[in-house]
Amino acid sequence: MQIFPCPFCGPRDEREFHFAGELGKTRPDTRDGVSDADWARYLHEQRNEKGHVREVWMHMPCSELFVLERDSVSMAVIGSSPLRGAAE
Amino acid sequence: MSAHRVAGRGRIDADAPLNFSFDGRAFQGRRGDTIASALLANGVRVMGRSFKYHRPRGPWGAWVDDPNAIMNVALNGVELPNCPATTTYLEEGMAARSVNAFPSARFDLKGGLDLFHRWLGAGFYYKTFMWPDWHLFEPMIRRMAGLGAVSDAVLEGYVADQLHDRCEVLVVGGGAAGLVAARSAAEAGQDVCLVEDHAECGGGVWQRAEIEGTAPADWVAAQVAAIVAAGGRVLTRATAFGVFDHRMVGIVENRAFGQAPRLRRMRAGRIVLASGALDRPVTFANNDRPGVMSVDGAGEMLARYGVLVGRRIAVVANNSAARAVLPALVQAGAEVVEVDPAAGPIRVLGAKRIRGLDQGGRRVEADTVLASGGLTPLVHLWRHAGGKLDWCDARQAFIPGRAPEGMVAVGAAAGAFDLESALEEARGVARGGAVEASVSHYHLTPLWPAPGAKGRQWIDFQHDVTLKDVELAARENYVSVEHLKRYTTLGMASDQGKTANMAGLAAMAAIQGRPIPEVGTTTFRPPFVPIPIETYHGAHRGQLWHPLKRLALEEAHRAAGAALGEYGGWLRPGWYGQGDVAQIIAEEVRMARGTAGIFDASPLGKIEVMGPDAEAFVDFVYYNTIRTLKPGHIRYGFLLSEGGAVMDDGVIARVDQDRFVISCSSSHVDGVRTHLEAWRQDGNDPDRIFIHDTTQHWATVTMTGPKAREIVGALGLEVDLSAEAFPHMRLREVVWQGGPLRIARVSFTGDVSFELSIRASRAEELWQALIAAGAPLGAGPLGLEALSIMRAEKGYLIIGKDTDGETMPHDLGFGIPRQKKTVAFIGDRSLHNAKANSTARKQLVGLRVAEGAVMLPTGAHVVEAGTQRSLGYVTSSYDSPTLDRPIALALIEDGVAQMGREVTIWHLGETRRATICGPCAFDPEGERLHA
Ligand SMILES: [Zn+2]
Repeated sequence: MQIFPCPFCGPRDEREFHFAGELGKTRPDTRDGVSDADWARYLHEQRNEKGHVREVWMHMPCSELFVLERDSVSMAVIGSSPLRGAAE
Repeated sequence: MSAHRVAGRGRIDADAPLNFSFDGRAFQGRRGDTIASALLANGVRVMGRSFKYHRPRGPWGAWVDDPNAIMNVALNGVELPNCPATTTYLEEGMAARSVNAFPSARFDLKGGLDLFHRWLGAGFYYKTFMWPDWHLFEPMIRRMAGLGAVSDAVLEGYVADQLHDRCEVLVVGGGAAGLVAARSAAEAGQDVCLVEDHAECGGGVWQRAEIEGTAPADWVAAQVAAIVAAGGRVLTRATAFGVFDHRMVGIVENRAFGQAPRLRRMRAGRIVLASGALDRPVTFANNDRPGVMSVDGAGEMLARYGVLVGRRIAVVANNSAARAVLPALVQAGAEVVEVDPAAGPIRVLGAKRIRGLDQGGRRVEADTVLASGGLTPLVHLWRHAGGKLDWCDARQAFIPGRAPEGMVAVGAAAGAFDLESALEEARGVARGGAVEASVSHYHLTPLWPAPGAKGRQWIDFQHDVTLKDVELAARENYVSVEHLKRYTTLGMASDQGKTANMAGLAAMAAIQGRPIPEVGTTTFRPPFVPIPIETYHGAHRGQLWHPLKRLALEEAHRAAGAALGEYGGWLRPGWYGQGDVAQIIAEEVRMARGTAGIFDASPLGKIEVMGPDAEAFVDFVYYNTIRTLKPGHIRYGFLLSEGGAVMDDGVIARVDQDRFVISCSSSHVDGVRTHLEAWRQDGNDPDRIFIHDTTQHWATVTMTGPKAREIVGALGLEVDLSAEAFPHMRLREVVWQGGPLRIARVSFTGDVSFELSIRASRAEELWQALIAAGAPLGAGPLGLEALSIMRAEKGYLIIGKDTDGETMPHDLGFGIPRQKKTVAFIGDRSLHNAKANSTARKQLVGLRVAEGAVMLPTGAHVVEAGTQRSLGYVTSSYDSPTLDRPIALALIEDGVAQMGREVTIWHLGETRRATICGPCAFDPEGERLHA
């Protein structure tokens, strides 16, 4: 059972969190002729990296999204920060 | 009798006799015995039959490393299967039964299977029982294999406590190294917890005459006392069975027999692994006979239980640690003969009773054979945590290599098989020093399975895997150890490779001529020892597993005779009253259609979206255009996923310019709120939008039916309820009895309805007022079942029932925003891909059966003539009390274009006919709704 640090609530059990997505995925402007391939990429393609990853998670009790940096192999948590200002 | 008790030896209480039985025969043991030690003390060696060949088996090891003696044990009406006899402490009155054997371990009617072993090699079941279907053979094979029997009796109170705990240093193992490590750390001021799986600490110390100049009992007591005095904790009968993420260690604490064990989830700052080492078997012919035991097992039986396992003992060992055990056996009265395994192939003579050994024609008389192929460090937890293993040539063993973060191994687990050096290292490590395992005095001569050897040489006792099976697997190219394991079942089940693994992979290495480290080990997985599923389950049952949401009006419903049931996570009234349920529900429908029904709609979502960007936000999250909605107006719409599938439906009300209330479906509120929150914070300015779920703050009572207006009018509200002044899809906020009341004209029944929302604490007043006003007109409470029928009569859908994970809004007859909406919205692009544009999409339609026919079963398939291919299925089906005929909704491929067509319905082998029609079966013009 992992312990994740919510930037607002502190370290909490992993069961309180929901994975929201990998950081850095931007919704295409759908009013601007998005191709089937680009839309499919947005919907379905994940980098699914091995090692150091930056992800967006939601801490359910406070409903805040935040950026979680962790190691997907060792499960080590590197750090967390609010989603605001994390635009990439 | 070869095995017997030696007076004055062991940690048992000689003055505390315990009566028990085994396979119906009465025996006596002593307090402190395990079932296995007590049986050995009584001269019983055959404690089970092997899994596949039904060979007689006795204990190989004295503790968790015994794969053979597994029993069903009953005590005081509680019977538990799969009890290892070597780790189950004896209690007065226990009745143990061997498994895999009928009627008893000594006389097994299926023992004849052993004669056919030639045809029961690795993969035999896979190869032989594949045609026509493994499942035909499985019950017979399972019965023959005998996996123990689970008692039918419900175990009252068999509930595992589950604790969450933390400590700075967790020491796993209370042997010498663990004790001194725990003591050093505790005395250095750290918060220490030591777990030991036996009833008392000491580990291998009990086999010694003295330790650091002290008697073992005094030394162990002194260490435990010092740990406790320094503030540390010592947990006995507690097994660390797995290391999970972020150093959470699962600890199972065994209690008295029949009581569920306790699960302690220990979050450890640092883990000191002092789990010791196991003696590994030697592979020779008939090495599975009862009476062939590990040298260490014999040492433990004597030291802990005062049981000398034989009178004339032949020893097949290759290492110094095993030889160190022998003097104690001699001193206890045994005659010990060492046999050099390097001097030729060995074969055990005798079957149920051992007569001796044969080595190249030379016969050694013996009643017992002890074997030791060297020590294998117990590295299961090390590997759970991700630690690496290094192959050590000197020890011929895998020892801990690169450490996982926050973990260190000491003592025999680290390969320090010498007590003196182990103690020194453990003391240093506990204070934070580096571990330097040294081989020092331990030495051995490599001794591994020899491919091609004659006779049946067991690799895995628990699964009857022999050297020949490993050779067969290699011939059939199952050479990876993971494939070998699955093909032969080697190292599976409770053994988890404790005894079988090293011999198995060494055999594979020898067959292929590769070095052992190149062959590698299989993955170590928790749990290290078998533990009851209940341990994980604990109190997570009923309301503690799945708590229901409760209505503010629950008491009022109970008083009205409601049948309460779970609907979408809420405890809600299904109907009111007792008797013929279908009749009651039909009556409620007729009442609501005739006069009015009073319905508790409180679980309906009430999520407020506020702020200067609220309008743009709801326009983006909704499929429908919301920005044109005027204050005081309500609109029906869909929320989609980005994949374009309908996620939820419901109405949205615009309270004022910057404030909306989303009334999502009752069972989707949490999901919708999270969905909205995620989009609010990602891609929007969260300072300009605020989302607040007020679902539980407001109770909602819906008045529906032709008399609804009259009944609501009786509340004396300062609002004109007439159809002209207050039409369908409008919202009004008024004051009633000094508090706010929100009135929405929306309808899920097709009749005039008023949804009245009030602060939850005042729900009872409103409910009673409406009941009082309605009663003289014949109106009364309406349950959810009746409402479900009424909405189906109108063709109103329930998301997740009348839709599936692929349903898009245009499949439901709502195609306009897809074509016309100009701003971006969630899921928009997905509504225009090839799949969304396909003409073969399943669309919502109605189904009508012939006059007098009974209703269609929900879930029945609409099938294509000839091919029987499914074209869709019935999603809702009822007997309509209003129309006095069956009605149904269905999702059917290209259904809308086929109005009036007769289709074939298939359900559980029966075929029916029905005609596709529009979803709305009642008042299609909507005259009642706008009345
Ligand atoms: Zn939080």
